[in-house]
Amino acid sequence: MSIELRNITKQFGGVSAVNDVSFTVADGQLVALLGPSGCGKTTVLRMISGLEAPTAGDIFVRGKRVNDVPVQKRNIGFVFQGYALFRSMSVVDNIAFGLKIKRWPKAERAARVAELIELLDLNNLEQRLPHQLSGGQRQRVALARALAPKPDVLLLDEPFAAVDAKIRQELREMLVSLHHELNVTTIFVTHDQEEAMEVSNRIVIFDKGRLAQIGTPREVYEEPASEFVARFVGVMNVLDCEVRDGVARFGELEFQAHGTADGQRLRIGFRPYAVQVSNDLTAHRHRAVLRHTYFLGVLLRLELELPSGLIIRARMSKEEYARLNLAEGREVSLQIRQYRVLSREGESLPPEVSVTHSLSLSPGEGI
Amino acid sequence: MAENRFRVLPGFGLTMGFTLCYLSVLVLVPVGGLFLRTFSLSWADFWRLATTDRALAAYQLTFGASLAAAVINAVFGTLLAWVLVRYDFPGRRFIDALVDFPFALPTAVAGLTLANLFAENGWLGQFLVPLGIKGAFTPLGVVIALTFVGMPFVVRTLQPVLENLDRDVEEAAATLGAGRLRTFLSVIAPTLLPPVMTGFALAFARAIGEYGSIVFISGNLPMKTEIAPYLIVIRLEEYDYTGAMALAVVLLVISFALLAVINVLEQWANRFAK
Repeated sequence: MSIELRNITKQFGGVSAVNDVSFTVADGQLVALLGPSGCGKTTVLRMISGLEAPTAGDIFVRGKRVNDVPVQKRNIGFVFQGYALFRSMSVVDNIAFGLKIKRWPKAERAARVAELIELLDLNNLEQRLPHQLSGGQRQRVALARALAPKPDVLLLDEPFAAVDAKIRQELREMLVSLHHELNVTTIFVTHDQEEAMEVSNRIVIFDKGRLAQIGTPREVYEEPASEFVARFVGVMNVLDCEVRDGVARFGELEFQAHGTADGQRLRIGFRPYAVQVSNDLTAHRHRAVLRHTYFLGVLLRLELELPSGLIIRARMSKEEYARLNLAEGREVSLQIRQYRVLSREGESLPPEVSVTHSLSLSPGEGI
Repeated sequence: MAENRFRVLPGFGLTMGFTLCYLSVLVLVPVGGLFLRTFSLSWADFWRLATTDRALAAYQLTFGASLAAAVINAVFGTLLAWVLVRYDFPGRRFIDALVDFPFALPTAVAGLTLANLFAENGWLGQFLVPLGIKGAFTPLGVVIALTFVGMPFVVRTLQPVLENLDRDVEEAAATLGAGRLRTFLSVIAPTLLPPVMTGFALAFARAIGEYGSIVFISGNLPMKTEIAPYLIVIRLEEYDYTGAMALAVVLLVISFALLAVINVLEQWANRFAK
């Protein structure tokens, strides 16, 4: 195990920012710490770096407890949201800073800096000062500076939040390819679930200072451990149903609920992609009216209103939309092919109960 | 300003006109008058009046003591500003308010107080004088008084800059392995240099012009503890207007030259700014 957190708690003036969090990150992984702002993810990152000390619990790096190792000695690379470049130093001096402190010989230092300039595509910017660079370039310099001393772990705090959308996309791809190339254990903090899904191979989700779920992007998306995770990672329709005769009902929608006593309440969730829509009104059991279509690019999001007034969200490709000859105001039929019981009577369920129910899902459809 | 761009608050013409009038009446006309008055002297006369032994000693004391006071303020004012911004401790607001005291206190009162304090039988003087440290009626006294009046300039110039310092940058240095001293010297100091120099220049300029507090503490002994502004007053009391003018012009030219140099240095130190 490369990094392990055991029962980490952090309090600021009596208020818990992080509460009894434990997880491990294996060597060479690219992990996202995901959650809404104020959920404690940045505090966790800062505790791993040594910039913050845990109130309770232990942090291990390669099996060695590092609680008392100062930040200077942890051999980490840290990238800050606001770049935090040394503004009196040129690009080259910024990158070489860590190497100078670690007393690398001059020739090796120059070689390493040149290597990073190449790697992060900073050619011809060597002698610029930070204020003469664009946001994306600054963040690349910050990455180069953090990577230069060959850190054991690379930590990034909301690294792409301060740049515009196009550059953010480029930087994400750059981070993935850098990780591929260098294979350095990397942990980054983000509040953007799309970014976490796209970049990382494992996601740690936080909710109010507690660990909500840890898993691969696919796991947290398809098997969310709680309603919070389900709603935070992607879009989910959530219905509060009452069980009668082993069936959970909400308006005209019905879901199988074996093993749940009558009168209990279940929260049922289904993703927009699980809603199958047809222009043949006899194809599926439920009728609905297409109220609104949102064009998101290749995919469209539909708002469908059932006769009871319930509005559910569905998703389909542009081609499918055209093929079905859909338009706002048109009547359709629909069925829900896949749903998930999220909680019972307000209690979250053990994993063996909270499984995903599917209706004859053909392969390749679970987009 | 040839382009007629839209502005939320118009009025460049009016404000600029007012600025020029204001500066002319307050600064340009008096200074110009001073120069014109001296031009009535021949160069040889001017040189003779401006470079008497007594005058040279006075310049030396004025500029030397001002420089010493400004350097002391630059060092300890920085420290004081650092403590006030970086740490929270009981009485911080009180000390912060105290920094403005030299601004508010009439300089004559300051001089009188300091002279009493450092006199042979004063509170501090009774301990210091036996040790050979004479604060009153010596050049040292002049430095003490000038340090007192110049102190707020460095602190007040530095405080906003320190408050805006990015903690991120210090943390970045720490994650790269830099210890405290290294972080301070290579990361913080370059950012602080320009405001320290501004504060230094302000304290220095203030010290050159200081009069009220020094006449009490220095004793005004010709050739020893007599400052240039005091010598000007003496010339005026002797109805020697041209003599006073000559001294004034020398003070003005040197002050202006020094401030110009400091300004250039400041811009150089500030070249990293956004």
